[in-house]
Amino acid sequence: MSEILLGAHDVSKRFPGVLANNQVSLQLERGRILALLGENGAGKSTLVNILFGMYRPDEGHVIIKGERVDLRGPDDAISRGIGMVHQHFQLVPPMRVVENIVLGAEPVLRGLVDLGEARRRVIELSRRYGLEIDPDAVVEDLPVGMQQRVEILKALYRNADVLIMDEPTGVLTPQEADHLLGVLRELTQTGLGVVFITHKLREVLAVADDIVVLRNGEVVGQTTPGETSENGLAEMMVGRSVMLRVDKSVAEPGDVVLELEKLSVEDDRGQIALNEVSFEVREGEILGVAGVEGNGQRELVEAITGLRGLSSGLMKIGSDEFTSGSTRQIAEKGVAHIPEDREKHGLIGVYSLEENSVLNRYHRKPFSLRGFLRRDVIKRHAEGVVDEFDVRTPSTSVPASSLSGGNKQKLIVGREFSDDIDLLVAAQPTRGIDIGAIEFIHRRILDQRDKGTAVLLVSAELDEILGLSDRIAVLYDGELMDVLDAEDSNREKIGLLMAGITDSKSSA
Amino acid sequence: MKLHQKRLLYAGLIVLLVVIWIFYAANGPQTTAVLAGTVRAATLLALGAMCGMIGERSGVVNIGIEGQFLLSAFAAFTVASMTSSLFLGTIAGIGMGLLMGWMLAAMAVGLKVDQIIAGTVLNIAALGLTSFFYDRSRSLGVGKYTNIDLGPLADIPLVGTVLFSRPPLTYLTMALLIVVHVALFRSVWGMRTRAIGEHPGAADTVGIDVLRLRYFNVTIAGGLAGLGGAYLALEAVGTFSRAMSGGRGFLALAVMIFGRRTPFGAYAAALFFGFTTALQNQFQLNNTFDIPPQFVGMLPFIVTILVVALSGLIGSMRDPAALGQTYEKG
Ligand SMILES: Nc1ncnc2c1ncn2[C@@H]1O[C@H](COP(=O)(O)OP(=O)(O)O)[C@@H](O)[C@H]1O
Ligand SMILES: [Mg+2]
Repeated sequence: MSEILLGAHDVSKRFPGVLANNQVSLQLERGRILALLGENGAGKSTLVNILFGMYRPDEGHVIIKGERVDLRGPDDAISRGIGMVHQHFQLVPPMRVVENIVLGAEPVLRGLVDLGEARRRVIELSRRYGLEIDPDAVVEDLPVGMQQRVEILKALYRNADVLIMDEPTGVLTPQEADHLLGVLRELTQTGLGVVFITHKLREVLAVADDIVVLRNGEVVGQTTPGETSENGLAEMMVGRSVMLRVDKSVAEPGDVVLELEKLSVEDDRGQIALNEVSFEVREGEILGVAGVEGNGQRELVEAITGLRGLSSGLMKIGSDEFTSGSTRQIAEKGVAHIPEDREKHGLIGVYSLEENSVLNRYHRKPFSLRGFLRRDVIKRHAEGVVDEFDVRTPSTSVPASSLSGGNKQKLIVGREFSDDIDLLVAAQPTRGIDIGAIEFIHRRILDQRDKGTAVLLVSAELDEILGLSDRIAVLYDGELMDVLDAEDSNREKIGLLMAGITDSKSSA
Repeated sequence: MKLHQKRLLYAGLIVLLVVIWIFYAANGPQTTAVLAGTVRAATLLALGAMCGMIGERSGVVNIGIEGQFLLSAFAAFTVASMTSSLFLGTIAGIGMGLLMGWMLAAMAVGLKVDQIIAGTVLNIAALGLTSFFYDRSRSLGVGKYTNIDLGPLADIPLVGTVLFSRPPLTYLTMALLIVVHVALFRSVWGMRTRAIGEHPGAADTVGIDVLRLRYFNVTIAGGLAGLGGAYLALEAVGTFSRAMSGGRGFLALAVMIFGRRTPFGAYAAALFFGFTTALQNQFQLNNTFDIPPQFVGMLPFIVTILVVALSGLIGSMRDPAALGQTYEKG
C-alpha cells in the first residue's frame, strides 16, 4: 500500500444548530483521486475546510503524512503541502496571474517582490504540468476555466502534494469539465493526491479511484467506481432509492404565451448582458435555457419578470406587449416566478410561512378586504400550501428562515402554483436542495406543463435541462446560440454551444 | 498606463511648462509666488491623500483625516512651544497621527464599527478637544521651519524658488511620495495590502492575516496625516488656531480619488488643487475681484466639486472591491 498523504480521523464539527461533520474519517493515498460525494449541505466543504486549516475540528484530528497535526490556519496547511481550490475562486480580480500565484509566498529581491523570478517560476510550472497560462494576463479578463487553472497553479507553486478541489466543475461547460478531469488524472501521475468534491455522479465514476459518500455530516459509504453505479451512488447519497430521471409524456404545445423579440438587456454595470435575444414559449411546453452561469440567464429572467428594464426590443406576454413593466403588472398577467435566489427574492425570512404564502397576492381578495389583511383566510391558505407541497414545518406561524433549503423552495413553488398561471419562469429551481425535494419540484413543474402552462426553465445543471425540457435554448455571452428540440440534443452538442462553439465557427 | 495616455500626459506637461514660462516672462514675482503657494498647499493635501490611499488600498475608508490633521497640528504646536524644539513638535505630531490611526483601526477593524462613523468620531473628537484645550496665549517661540536652499539648485530662476528652496517637511513629503509609491507597488507589503483591499478572502486563504495588516496599515497611515498636522502648524502657518485644518482633510480625499489612489497621481492632483488655493490667495491679496473674500475663498472647494463630479462622469477608476467592508473569517 502506498503512502497516505492526508487523513481525517473521527472529525466532528458543529455549527449553531447543525452537526456539519459527525466523526468523519477518510484517507487519501499518493497518486490517487478521492471523490467526496454528497448532497448540498452534507458537510463536504466543512470537511475540506478542516483539512485545509480554515476551521478547527471540535473533535478528532487531521493527519498529514502520518503525522497528527493541529492546523492553526491555511498557511499551516499550505506549508505542509496541502493546496486547495475553493468552490468560489480565491483570486484577486484586478491583479495579474503571476501576482495571484505568488501572493503570500512572494520571491523577494532586495526587499521588493521579484516579479521576474516569479514569472520564471510560473512559466516553468505551467510547462511542467501542461497548464498553459499567460502570466501577465489580468485575472478578471480570463474565462472561468483559466481562472481555475490559476488556482491550481497557485497550489502547485506552493509545492502542494495534495490538491483539494471543492466543486470545481460547477462553473464549467461539460467539455471544460472533462478537460479538468484529465488534468487531475495527469497530476496524480506526478505523485499528487487529489480530493475532488462534487455532487455529480457521472464525474465521480469517470475519475475517482476511491469514493467517500457523506450524508448529513456522516460517512455513509466508501466504495470504488468498479463496485458501484450511478444509481448505487445516488442511493447512498440520499439514503433511499431514487429516480434519477423523471418520466414525462410528449408535450402538446398550444398558443404562444411568451414571445421575445430582439430583447437586449444591460447588467448592473451597464454592459450588454443579453444581445437581441428572440424566442417564444408555448402553452404546455418547457423551454429550457442552458448555459454556464453568468452568460445572461439572470438578466433574462429579471427582464421577463419585470425586475429589470429592457434596453431595447419587445416582450409579449399573452397579447400584451411590454417594453418595460413592473413586477406586479407582469404578475397580474399570470406569470409565476421561482427566483434564483430564494433568500433574497423568494421569501422574507422574518415573515411567517402564512405571510410568505401570499406575498404575491396579499393585496387581493380574498386575502385582504378594504386594505386589511384577513389573517384567518391567509392561515387556511398557508396550511393548504404546506399540505399539498409537503413543506416540512412544525407550524405555519414560524418564520420562513427556520425552514431548510428544500422546504423553502417547496413553499415558494406552492405559493406560485396555487394561482392560475399561464407562464412559469423557474430560475435554478432546485439549486442547493436535497434530492427528495428536487424530485418533487420536477414532478410539479411537469404537472404545470401538462395543465397547459408555458414553462421557461433556466438552470445551470445540464442534467436538469435535459431531463425536463421539450426544447432547449443555449445562451453564451448574452447571445442565443441556438434552440434545439430535446430529442435532437445531447450533452456534447449543448456543451459545445455553451462554450460558444457552433458548427460554422469553431472558436469563441 | 497605455501608450496614448502617456503621450497625452507628456503633451500636457509640455503645454503646461510653456504656459508657465509665458506667465513668468510677463510677471516674474507674481508667477513665482503663485507656484510657490501651489507647492505649499499641495504638501498637506499629498500627505492626507497618502494617508487615505493606504487605508483604502487595504479596504478601510478614512474620513477622519481632517481630525487627524487638526489634533496632530495641535499636538505638534503644543509640544514645540513647550520644548522650543520644532523637531520634537514634529515627532509629537506624527505620534498623535499614529495614535489616531490606531484608534480608527481599533474601531473600524477591531470592533468592526461602520468605517464612516469611526472616521466621523475622530473628526468630532479632534474638533472638541482642540477647541477645549486651545490656549490663545501660547506661541511658537522658536518660529516656524524655515527654507533650506539646496545648494546651487536654489539659484535657478523660478524653479529654484519653487522646488529647491523649501522648508524641511516639504522635502520630506516629496521623499515620502517615492517611498510610498515603491512600497505600494513593488514591495511584498504593498502587494498584500492591495490584495486585502480587493479580495480579503483570497488573501486569507494564502495565509495573510487580513485584520492584522489592516490594523497596521491604518495606524501607519495615521502617521502620515500626523506629519501633515505638524506641517500645518510648524511649517505652513507657524501657530495653531481653531479648526485650522479648514476642510483640507476632506479635500485630501478628493485628491486621492482624482489621483487614482497612487502617490504620484495624488501629488499631481494636489498640485492642481494647491494651484487653485494659491491663485485664490493671490486674488485676495491683490483684490483682483471686487467681491467679498469669502467667495474667493470658496474657489478651491468649487473646483473640487466640479472635478470630483467630472471624474465620476469619466469613471476614471473603480474603488477597491472590499472598500468599506469589515472582514469576517470563514
Ligand atoms: N460557517 C458556517 N456557519 C454555520 N453553518 C454552516 C457554516 N458552514 C456550513 N454550515 C452548515 O453546515 C452544513 C454543511 O455545509 P457544507 O459543508 O457547506 O456542505 P456541502 O459543502 O456538502 O454542501 C450545512 O447545514 C450548512 O448550512
Ligand atoms: Mg460545498
